[in-house]
Amino acid sequence: MFKKGVRFDFWSFVSLLSLIFFGLFLVIPVIRMLVFSFQSTEAPFTVENFVRFFSRKYYTTGMWNSIKVVSASTLVVILIGVPLAYITTTFKIRGNRLINILIIMSMLSPPFLGAYSWILMLGRNGEITNILKQLGIPIPSIYGFGGILLVFVLKLFPYIYMYTKGALKKVDASLGEAAESLGYHGLHKVVRVSLPLVLPTILAGATIVFLRAFADYGTPRLIGEGYNTLPVIVYQEWVSETGANAYFASAVAMIMIIVAAVVFLLQKYITSRKNYTMSMLNPPKAKQLKGVPNVLAHAYVYLITLLATLPQIYIILISFRNTKGVMWADGYGFSSYVNVFTKSIKSITNTFEFGVIAIIVVIILGTLFAYLTVRKRNFFSKVLDVFIMFPYVIPGTIFGLLLLMTYNRPPLVLSGTAAIIIISYVIRRMPYTVRSSAAILRQISPSIDEASASLGYGSMQTFFNVTMPVMIPGIVSGAILSWITILNELSSTLMLYTGRTQTMTVTIFQEISRGGYGTAAALSTILTVTMIVSLLIFFKLTKSEDIDL
Amino acid sequence: MAVSIHIDHVKKVYEKNTVIQDLSADIKSGELFTLLGPSGCGKTTLLRMIAGFNSIEHGTIAFDDQVINNIPVYKRNFGMVFQNYAIFPNMTVYRNIEYGLKNKKLPKDEIRKRVEDIMETVQIKQYQDRYPDKLSGGQQQRVALARAIVVRPQVLLMDEPLSNLDAKLRIEMREAIREIQKKIGITTVYVTHDQEEALAISDRIAVMNKGDIQQIDIPERIYSRPYNTFVADFIGHSNRFTGKVEEQHGGTAVVKMQTGYVLTVDHVKPLAAGQEVLVYVRPEEFVFTDKDHGMKATVTVKRFLGKYIHYVVDCGTGANIEVTADTSNAERIHEPGETIYLGVNARRANLFDTEKEVTLLEGVERYV
Repeated sequence: MFKKGVRFDFWSFVSLLSLIFFGLFLVIPVIRMLVFSFQSTEAPFTVENFVRFFSRKYYTTGMWNSIKVVSASTLVVILIGVPLAYITTTFKIRGNRLINILIIMSMLSPPFLGAYSWILMLGRNGEITNILKQLGIPIPSIYGFGGILLVFVLKLFPYIYMYTKGALKKVDASLGEAAESLGYHGLHKVVRVSLPLVLPTILAGATIVFLRAFADYGTPRLIGEGYNTLPVIVYQEWVSETGANAYFASAVAMIMIIVAAVVFLLQKYITSRKNYTMSMLNPPKAKQLKGVPNVLAHAYVYLITLLATLPQIYIILISFRNTKGVMWADGYGFSSYVNVFTKSIKSITNTFEFGVIAIIVVIILGTLFAYLTVRKRNFFSKVLDVFIMFPYVIPGTIFGLLLLMTYNRPPLVLSGTAAIIIISYVIRRMPYTVRSSAAILRQISPSIDEASASLGYGSMQTFFNVTMPVMIPGIVSGAILSWITILNELSSTLMLYTGRTQTMTVTIFQEISRGGYGTAAALSTILTVTMIVSLLIFFKLTKSEDIDL
Repeated sequence: MAVSIHIDHVKKVYEKNTVIQDLSADIKSGELFTLLGPSGCGKTTLLRMIAGFNSIEHGTIAFDDQVINNIPVYKRNFGMVFQNYAIFPNMTVYRNIEYGLKNKKLPKDEIRKRVEDIMETVQIKQYQDRYPDKLSGGQQQRVALARAIVVRPQVLLMDEPLSNLDAKLRIEMREAIREIQKKIGITTVYVTHDQEEALAISDRIAVMNKGDIQQIDIPERIYSRPYNTFVADFIGHSNRFTGKVEEQHGGTAVVKMQTGYVLTVDHVKPLAAGQEVLVYVRPEEFVFTDKDHGMKATVTVKRFLGKYIHYVVDCGTGANIEVTADTSNAERIHEPGETIYLGVNARRANLFDTEKEVTLLEGVERYV
């Protein structure tokens, strides 16, 4: 059956497993969607879906909306995030560590919570709006383009901040000194020396920001109010009462995947040609600023951090406010929490149940796949690498749709089950674990595997006796990120859940949609606390205060 | 228990590069056999083929009579010491050494005794409960050696085991390896690029270049009677002159070097009078003589190195000629600019064919 000399060992089995796994839950669904996008209820092959998309104003407006708000967000994020990263690495800022942790926490909370919180503060009936109204100060509407931009920017600037900071920390201080010795100083020095060196990293971060914003469904849905973007359109086409149109939704989804893939590949292409390696003999050190510049630097950093954390703090506060039905009542107490535990307990248990199963599968598969991609360099492992990273370019809503369209009919019916949600979590959140495990594996010499083999152990025993135990720190830090992002997953769950498989994020989203703000706030707080605890464990285990995206 | 290793016309191809074309060698039971060559010569590739980490595209490798081509690594029964030691970082010294034995279904007492004994042999008993990150390079090296030999393998493979140690420790460990290897009498294949190490430790050396073996012989003969100019240049230093055969009687040839110096060499293969040859002279094989008995040379560089004196001289050949003189035998130290007269110790000179660059001496074989 096998070629002479090619043995069917443990890793062949894992390769086969990965092939089946990604084949079933990634390749077949994508192919199915591609085929669907060229079909209609009448025709086996047609381009009518695409013609319809590009000829109707409703859809083209949606596409332009997406492009406008996503591009604008990416730009503003860069303008805010890069200076923030520069200031916090170059100058001494009081409370630097706490600021860093707060920013990471705001980054890891689900984006639609930001939208919800800003609506509560600045919306039509918002707390701040009402106060300002009484004072006679009119404020512009938070809904539409401006609101989406506000939420995206405050939600996504941490990515640029983290990426740029990571890169700036690797710019040898001697380079700055060399520039000064050649007559460059101040801003001139930054623009001519530091900036070009971290530009590829900024670009990589900007791509992540672009893809996140482009994929986000919750934010435009809540705060857009008619400012439709592509994810919203896909969702509406799929669920619309007037003849759920899987074919047309597929076509829009394909367009989104293509746009995302083009952006992703473009960035890869540009950065692959500009990659600097630096000797790190002289790591940069933060300087103490004096006088007005010092005050300005602190003011900037504190303001941004405050704005980023404000939505979460506000939600935690109002979760303790008394409620009457869906209305607020006077005073503070635990009524919202009582509501949650009497009515929505199932969504909490679901979240943890699905999350725990998913994270176990993620750890097992992620660790094995990381080994394959690092240690078994061949054509197959390169393909596997692409499969693992593919979820980066598939928006969650669309991934949910992919699974749903493929597995809502025989031979394999998974729609409505917990399994389909767990599968979605596994594929979408596995990259964190794979990347982190692969990173640590690259630092481990392959000769320890060979040493084990030379002492008489087969490949599976070698992996479990030697390789995996050494990989554990990398596996754990990746798994915690996977875990946090699983808990926060909304967009694909929204496509895949039924009444029985509702999760916390879905319940929060529904409560917000029907005005049950108290319950939503209480559930969000529970989610946030879980996340903070997980993050603190992460910091403790990795002995660092940064996360590696 | 020790086996011989037969490497028979093996070939290795990486992607589309042929690293080893057609290589054969026989390694005797119980000997320490060294693969020596510059980086990229294929020595580690060959070692990894014996281990099974590299596939064999063509030809066979056998332990005694058993061809091992298709035996998976974990069934080949060899021990290996890696360049970076490859100590398992998640296990203590004791557990590292015990690891290979635990797989062999031995009684617990037996395992304990064997581990204790080997720790005694390599002198690491006091570190048995330490983790590898708390060990020095030399200690890790000893653990690696102990772990490889405690399972009593048929063959011991060592891939540049000393290259990560400092100079002093390298010599100490080299002696330790040699001593332990002889004591247990295990067939050992040792890879190094360090010629001094190879000369000091080996029973036999295979000098490799470009995926092929240039010469196999005992260290003394590799040095004094290189099979070709690559070996002569790679091992130690050789000064290269051209010369012409004046006459030959039996095995004795009279060669006139380009500098005019005439030397009489014994055991030479039959050559025609007037044939061009290459004359190789080691720096220590020159004798300081007078105008009537030597070729004229001008000192350009003098370095006093304590035990001996190193000169670079110009013999009018256009090449820098290196000459060393024992300090104890030197009558005086010559200064740059000075003219000296050099003779050649003809019994120690080597002659090579001008085109093939292969030895012209009788009795110098490529494979011994």
